Amino acid sequence: MSSAEHLPAWSLPAGSAESLELPTEWPGRVTREWAWGDSTGKGVKVCILDSGIELGHPMVGEIDGAVAVEVGPGDEIRVVEDAEGDLCGHGTACAGIVRSIAPDCSIFSVRVLGAGFTGSGTALLGGLRWAVEQGFHVINMSLSTTKSQFAGMLHEAADAAYFRRTVLVASAHNMPVESYPWRFSSVISVGSHEEPDPLTYYYNPKPPVEFFARGVDVEVAWLAGGSARSTGNSFATPHMTGICALVLGMHPELTPFQLKSTLYLTASNVDTDD
Amino acid sequence: MTSDLRAAVAAGVMASENAHRALLQSTVEVARGIFSAQAATIFLYDDETDELVFEAVSGLGAQALLGNRIPSSTGIAGWVLVTRQPLVLEDVSHDPRWGGQEIAERTGYTPKGLMAVPLINEEDSVGVLQVLDRPQESRFSLAEMELLGLFANQAAIALDLLRKARRAKAVLEDSDAQMGALARLAGEVERLEGSKRQAGLDLIRSLEALLTR
Repeated sequence: MSSAEHLPAWSLPAGSAESLELPTEWPGRVTREWAWGDSTGKGVKVCILDSGIELGHPMVGEIDGAVAVEVGPGDEIRVVEDAEGDLCGHGTACAGIVRSIAPDCSIFSVRVLGAGFTGSGTALLGGLRWAVEQGFHVINMSLSTTKSQFAGMLHEAADAAYFRRTVLVASAHNMPVESYPWRFSSVISVGSHEEPDPLTYYYNPKPPVEFFARGVDVEVAWLAGGSARSTGNSFATPHMTGICALVLGMHPELTPFQLKSTLYLTASNVDTDD
Repeated sequence: MTSDLRAAVAAGVMASENAHRALLQSTVEVARGIFSAQAATIFLYDDETDELVFEAVSGLGAQALLGNRIPSSTGIAGWVLVTRQPLVLEDVSHDPRWGGQEIAERTGYTPKGLMAVPLINEEDSVGVLQVLDRPQESRFSLAEMELLGLFANQAAIALDLLRKARRAKAVLEDSDAQMGALARLAGEVERLEGSKRQAGLDLIRSLEALLTR
């Protein structure tokens, strides 16, 4: 590898267009068969940024690890091994949905809840930054903040993820409030539809919400190895996360832009022949 | 005299606290009625203790719950407060630790399901509205989720007014505080007569003009 290849591609000198050859050959028509075929999400590292994941839950199975984000008195962040499991049930539910769609992906828990409400925005930002640094392929964020003081920093973290090929999948708000990070265009934002098929998802041509996935009456994993029926955008989000894991299992070289394009081309209201 | 004036203002603040409490109570009663639920509750976030407080309750175990406190970032209510995301859970299986534990522990009534929505006022997440155990025969719809959101907007405004009324009351009750001095000064001027009263009023107007210039 020449040293020039290590330089960031700020510009394209004459005669070097062949250096931009793409590793993936796009078919004439992108179908779900091409997008994920029989992928199981194997090799894809998924992070669940939430309330923790209950260890050994039968609907989740093995997870690759769990950390908790702690906020010190001066707002300093510490990321420590987490043995608490799930403090609510929601993170376990999200992990179970991802597992049901992409059974062989790896799942890692980053717990950003539990340290009180006061430091929760700091924990969310710290957890996201840490997860981006770890190089996860997909980060599921079924959460948001309304505090504008965090908007700029979350925006930077979302862009950093985008350029490092980490896909952020974030729950949209279904109430008329400003919240983040789902409103940023560098993330994949998700709202709910009412249909029962976990692989039905729609592209929304009127953003900021970009995709609608299954989010009503979903059977999910809950605490103590149990289950519940649930509704909310926060359950639609892990459906899209699972589908992202399937596509990246099939085409690991895709950038977030290419992945989002693939999701668009294979959405239930776009590729209507499937 | 000073204490009379303060009492009069305090009476106004107290009256508004009572009115806001009644509005909150009405909100939980209507939410419970609309969704044909067993109970409905509103939690207020207390930023001094970083806890959630049961502020209004309708239905099962109502009196036992009022004023009780739970952690602000664990359980269902804490998750909803922190993440600003509404959620609905039903048919929660066999686990005493789930989000209904805070209710179960104090009333002996264990809900099987709930709807929870954050109460957001401007940038602040000020509390959580929960509706417990709606009838199971009907499938939940996104339209119901929107209805819950509409209730949440109303409850958030009521909750914010209640918080402000309480802060005003705290200022009035704390006579050593700086703002308490203002109330005492107003009382003194009120007591004056004739030219002294006019001079006092002129002085206050001059101060106001100076501070707001």
